[in-house]
Amino acid sequence: MATTSDKQKSIFRSIDWLTIILYIALLAMGWMSICGACYEYGQPRDFLALADFSTRTGMQLVWIGSSMLLGAIILFLDDRIFDSFAYLIYAALMVLLLATPFLTHDIKGSMSWIKIGSFSIQPAEFAKFATALALAKFMSSYGFRLQGSWKNMTISILLMLMPTVLIVMQKETGSALVYTSLILMLYREGLPGFVLFLGISAVTYVVVGLRFANEPALWGLLSLGDVLVILLILLFTTSLYFVYCRPSAIRTAMSDRRTSGTYHSIRHRRMLYIALFAIGSLIVHFSASTLVDHLADHQKKRVEVLLGLRDDPRGVGYNVIQAKIAIGSGGLEGKGFLNGTQTKLKYVPEQETDFIFCTVGEEQGFIGSAAVLLLFLSLLLRLLHVAERQPYAFGRVYGYCVFSIFLFHVVINVGMVLGLMPVIGIPLPFFSYGGSSLWGFTLLLFIFLRIDAGRNRLQH
Amino acid sequence: MTNDDYNLSKRKYVLGVAAAVIVVIYITRLFFLQLTSDDYKARADSNAFMHRIQFPARGAITDRSGQLLVYNQPAYDIMVVMQEQLGVDTLDLCESLGIDTAWYSRRMAEIKDRNRNPGYSRFTQQIFMSQLSVAEFSNFQEKLFRFPGFYIQKRSIRQYAYPYAAHLLGDVGEVSPHDIEQDNYYRSGDYIGTQGIERYYERELRGIKGSEILLRDVHGRIKGRYQNGRFDQQPIPGKNLTLSIDIKLQELGEHLMQGKLGSIVAIEPATGEVLCMVTSPTYDPRTMVGRQRGKKHRELSLDPMKPLINRAIGGTYPPGSTFKTSQALTFLQEGIITPQTPFPCSHGFHYKGLTVGCHSHGSPLPLIPSIATSCNGYFCWGLLNMFSNRTKYQTVQDAMTTWKDYMVSMGFGYQLGIDLPGEKRGMIPNAAFYDKAYKGSWSGLTVISISIGQGEVTLTPLQIANLGATIANRGWFITPHVVKEIEGEDLDPKYSKRRHTLVSPAHYETVVQGMQRAVEGGTCRSAYTSQYITCGKTGTAQNRGHDHSVFMGFAPRDNPQIAIAVYVENGGWGATFGVPIGALMMEQYINGQLSKASQVKAEGIAERSINYGDYIR
Repeated sequence: MATTSDKQKSIFRSIDWLTIILYIALLAMGWMSICGACYEYGQPRDFLALADFSTRTGMQLVWIGSSMLLGAIILFLDDRIFDSFAYLIYAALMVLLLATPFLTHDIKGSMSWIKIGSFSIQPAEFAKFATALALAKFMSSYGFRLQGSWKNMTISILLMLMPTVLIVMQKETGSALVYTSLILMLYREGLPGFVLFLGISAVTYVVVGLRFANEPALWGLLSLGDVLVILLILLFTTSLYFVYCRPSAIRTAMSDRRTSGTYHSIRHRRMLYIALFAIGSLIVHFSASTLVDHLADHQKKRVEVLLGLRDDPRGVGYNVIQAKIAIGSGGLEGKGFLNGTQTKLKYVPEQETDFIFCTVGEEQGFIGSAAVLLLFLSLLLRLLHVAERQPYAFGRVYGYCVFSIFLFHVVINVGMVLGLMPVIGIPLPFFSYGGSSLWGFTLLLFIFLRIDAGRNRLQH
Repeated sequence: MTNDDYNLSKRKYVLGVAAAVIVVIYITRLFFLQLTSDDYKARADSNAFMHRIQFPARGAITDRSGQLLVYNQPAYDIMVVMQEQLGVDTLDLCESLGIDTAWYSRRMAEIKDRNRNPGYSRFTQQIFMSQLSVAEFSNFQEKLFRFPGFYIQKRSIRQYAYPYAAHLLGDVGEVSPHDIEQDNYYRSGDYIGTQGIERYYERELRGIKGSEILLRDVHGRIKGRYQNGRFDQQPIPGKNLTLSIDIKLQELGEHLMQGKLGSIVAIEPATGEVLCMVTSPTYDPRTMVGRQRGKKHRELSLDPMKPLINRAIGGTYPPGSTFKTSQALTFLQEGIITPQTPFPCSHGFHYKGLTVGCHSHGSPLPLIPSIATSCNGYFCWGLLNMFSNRTKYQTVQDAMTTWKDYMVSMGFGYQLGIDLPGEKRGMIPNAAFYDKAYKGSWSGLTVISISIGQGEVTLTPLQIANLGATIANRGWFITPHVVKEIEGEDLDPKYSKRRHTLVSPAHYETVVQGMQRAVEGGTCRSAYTSQYITCGKTGTAQNRGHDHSVFMGFAPRDNPQIAIAVYVENGGWGATFGVPIGALMMEQYINGQLSKASQVKAEGIAERSINYGDYIR
């Protein structure tokens, strides 16, 4: 029986310090970016002025300090409480999410903020770790199998769908979409690869089809988008046929005890599935334009701007163009700390929140922004590594949730700023201004670190 | 089961590679955005930096005694930013500015027309109305808040202290698209000298524009100077010019020329400085300022008297008898005559059936009295002797070429090179000209009238005045010029270099004596004064209408201070207008004022106008 101090010591040793170093490095870069984005022209440039709590740069320091404290507290908690209270935490957060629209005051059309005293918090930011915990709890229950169990699959998806729906009700589409990223976790836990493939091909059809919808091809019979999508479908279908219907693949399947049937019945079944895929693909493509027409106006515009269908420098495209100008003007080395003009003079909208990466691009240049992306990549790869070394499904599922959520945030946020993704308002972890998101990400990450730190204890 | 788990755990590689691929794509994107094009940098600069031009003050112009002639006065331009002015009450605006809506619509269309306004952008200020006076502007300023998108820009316009010397001073107008193309110093709406000194000395007068780089936020608010103004440039004011003109002399000249067409040019012989340059008719330069400039200019350009022409340098006239001095000099230098050589004249020159008439005087006369009485016969014989001299010149063409070289050396036939735009060269015929005109068959007799300043010969009044200066200097002149000093800069060295003629000073002395005799007992008697020795030569230039009245002279004989040419179109005898005007001008300049008697005389001349009704072409 280990004494408490021994236990603390072993936890201290088994904490994944590399992740903590990456976390602190990202926080430091993040604060510098906030300084660049919030600095008012003509202010003094010393640290004391920047740390003044009446300014946003000072407030962000408070958020950073309190987040680190929060992380430390989590590391000192018993890791088993996360397992034990997972459903309770999830339930509590769902109730809070449900209540939020009734307690809220409207901020820019969003109803996701609750005001407590002089602070506002956004419960949606905390729903992420709660959902990850509940999923981890459910998917680590005894005898849980994702494959072949519709019931397990349905409950898992319902656990994700609940916060999604509640957050959409708060008109925070961006934050709601985060949960779609958990398909990556499901993939790791046994979701067949073709489901992921179906999802990705559907997105590809929609993007390609809409991007070239207005360019005629084949003497005006079809649009160029139609032609390209049909070519893609042909490519995917033939590839599928050669991968799944070649004799060696079918013989491998016959040796798998989960598949039944003769060589021919398996082959015919697979050909049927591929035919269904082709037909489904066509349906997805041709209903895409109809679907887009049914999107809310501002969402439709965002999609169209992203796809290059609209060019309106003062309208919707303004954000994207100004973001590109700010980043593009940074050059190799950037303009230097607090020297960015585009961010400082407020040309970039929402520059301290969703468009914070512009400040990195403008002030730190190519070197700085590539470094930030590589830091994020290191964190993501480290998370994969740490998740995979978990002895139990609880830690692994939770770890993959953390990975998926961070990946989604980084890919969508930076992609949006670079003009590669639709303008979806979600924060860049550790960079965007705000206490809720920083606390939310810190909780998400440090609970995982705490679970990971306990991995050795139960193996003894 | 374990097999399953093993297969599934390999999926971390799929996810890890996917994440890495996306990051690589993003870094590639960053590479293209940040490192391959300067376009974003330029757009960032145009976003954030507002380059505000600071206009330099245009150089002031003073006369030779330091009297201020041209200075600057504030005026206000109304600027418009198309993007911001949407929704302005047009009617209200037009009313406040005293314009009609048709003008408004036309002006707005003009601004947007990129052919006429190449620098147009709907986000930057464009000139809507220019050069409002303080009174017009203050009325509008009170209402400015009602017209978003309209701004006021302070400019300065030229103002003139005297109503004189309009042609010489020139004026300033808005740059044309052509000017902008020629010189990238100019932007639409800038001013440029369009005539006279203002045009010739544009580079010196305009100065150098300054600029401030201001930081402008997304709402267009100015947030301060970029890097505390480290890259700002102060405007450098234009250089002040001191003219060689004596404004009092100019004033008297313009007064005397009232109601007459013609010109007076006076030169200080020792320096080539132009003391006055009168052209008539003239106009008040003060009317060519501000918004009425265009209207006034149109009015003047339609006037049949052609008041926009500077006749002093842009009018070419037969010099008449004033030209005889140059002939005497040529004949003397070429050894055709000596001062004692007499030629007969019986009411003119008669030879082989050709007659050039002359008034009655004694005959035969040697050179000096011939100049004094302006004998036509003498100079016709001189030229005939020269052009027929086959021992000296093998052909008449050779003689003609020699003659032409003398004329050119005296500043005829080409522009003198005065520092004003629009100088004409006049006409000195050469051998090729007559070969062509007479198909190679001509003699001294054919061209005899050039000896008395008629026929093909034409000079500008400036060239005639310069002839006076050359005689005053006994054989050289300095290229005439109207700017005496440029602040902080040297004059073009050509304005201090002596240009010698082909005639030696001794021969000039002879001609000077002739000109002195003309004043003391010849054709210029009315120019006589006991105060100093005046030398003069009249001219009565024949033309299709009434004769032109011409005078060329200088004074005092020794150490001359002023050389002058007076040309009064259709003024009759040289003695009628030319001599008295020239005498008054010389008196004014040498004495600094006119005597009582002269003042009376001056008024008399000023009141006499010539009826040009019949002579206007």
